[in-house]
Amino acid sequence: MKKLVILGAGTGGTIMANKMRKELARDEWDITIIDKYKTHYYQPGFLFIPFGMYKKRDVIKPKADFIPYGVELIYADIDKVDGENNKVLLQDGVVLNYDYLIIATGTKIVPEETPGLKGELWRKNIFDYYTIEGSSALADFFKTWEGGDLVLNIAENPIKCPVAPLEFVMFADAFFVERGMRDKVNIHYVTPMSGAFTKPRASKVLGGLLKEKNINIIPDFYIEKVDNENKKIVSYDEKEVPFDCLVTIPVHMGDSMIGRSGLGDDMDFALTDKFTLQSDKFDNIFIIGDAANLPTSKAGSVVHFSAEIVFENMMCSIEGRPYTAKFDGHSNCYIETGFGKGALIDFNYDTEPLPGFFPFPGIGPFGLLKETRMNHYGKLLFRWIYWHILLKGKEMPISAHMTMAGKKTHDI
Amino acid sequence: MAEKTYAGVTVNMDDEGYMTDASQWTKEVAAEIAKEDGLDLTDKHFDVLEFIREKVSSGATLTIRAIGKSGHTDIKGFYKLFPGAPLKKATKFAGVPKPSSCV
Repeated sequence: MKKLVILGAGTGGTIMANKMRKELARDEWDITIIDKYKTHYYQPGFLFIPFGMYKKRDVIKPKADFIPYGVELIYADIDKVDGENNKVLLQDGVVLNYDYLIIATGTKIVPEETPGLKGELWRKNIFDYYTIEGSSALADFFKTWEGGDLVLNIAENPIKCPVAPLEFVMFADAFFVERGMRDKVNIHYVTPMSGAFTKPRASKVLGGLLKEKNINIIPDFYIEKVDNENKKIVSYDEKEVPFDCLVTIPVHMGDSMIGRSGLGDDMDFALTDKFTLQSDKFDNIFIIGDAANLPTSKAGSVVHFSAEIVFENMMCSIEGRPYTAKFDGHSNCYIETGFGKGALIDFNYDTEPLPGFFPFPGIGPFGLLKETRMNHYGKLLFRWIYWHILLKGKEMPISAHMTMAGKKTHDI
Repeated sequence: MAEKTYAGVTVNMDDEGYMTDASQWTKEVAAEIAKEDGLDLTDKHFDVLEFIREKVSSGATLTIRAIGKSGHTDIKGFYKLFPGAPLKKATKFAGVPKPSSCV
């Protein structure tokens, strides 16, 4: 029997388990998937929790529900991968052999990387919303908050879902308007980048939106530490921003297992060929999703598009054919802008987000790089699509590769 | 896309003044580009620039954090060497593309 081992049963690992089990004959291939946690989180839903739009129960389901029959699911901590000998070592001493390995261990926040972030104000006046605990604690805090300086700070790139911080401040604007206390809340968007977003045209449009909503952008701010006593964040070049409520997007890192296995960079993201999605170190290891050091967004859409590439290339490799799939860095993100509207961006390694229509040129129904109600419904509908179609590795009517159809390239 | 001459070398640059061909880079070119931005480069600056060039040519993503761990300087020192926006300035002087800091 040949063996495929998948590390991580999140979005990427689960999709791959479903796709590979359908393709690989049961009498020839064993498939094993390993994760340390039993709960699958719908991570895009975390954004909605602080504002009372979703509750915890809306974003969780058991991981086991999505792993197909014929795939062995093991709950365990991974010690490391021994790529030379095609073995995975678990922390409880169990050793698994593999012919092919898929790494899908994702990324996690590491607030400990920023001094003072996990100080006495943590989860009192300082919150993250990239965990269920953080977003739930913030929801409770907002229920009784009387206002002041609401500071959102991105500690370092890359982060999961680079548009989520923008969505957060726009949701916050709408939330406090609806509660009749927007005049008591100053919203600051404090980022290490030089604008609202990384890509020029999207940055211009999104930066304009923030301005319209009276959200103050503080660019080029690279946080060194949090001063808990005086309630302010301090940058490396000694700029200071005071806060009454700090919402932090902490430093993100890959799983430390990747570092221990010698497969990663200094942030424990796995070194990955950006086109084939293979490990730079071993040909029989593929990387999917946030765990990879790819120069594209850490986002569910990227996982979904790259799943098709990993699937195709792995089958090529198994069958001894040359690789036929090449990833283009395709990313597609709904951006909630508050008050029942949303925007949508679609881009890849080489093409920045452009205005236009998606997926059908001239028709939509979704509008690119502009605010529409339909985009907001698209995002809400996506939760259902995620649980019922995406995780199960079923076909979606969106190509893995980005298309220029429907995009306008002239200036806006 | 423009061509400019620094220290007798013709270099290709993008609209933001970043060199588009890293092989055209010399220390003298770097010094003149930096001078335009009002900065005199010292050996300490060049240590960092060389580190950045190495890192970029190996295909790694460049972050301020990585430079802070490079052993040439810490993050605070990096800000002192290239005040304001250190990564943007340092990459410009190192003759490598402006870091997209991911997406």
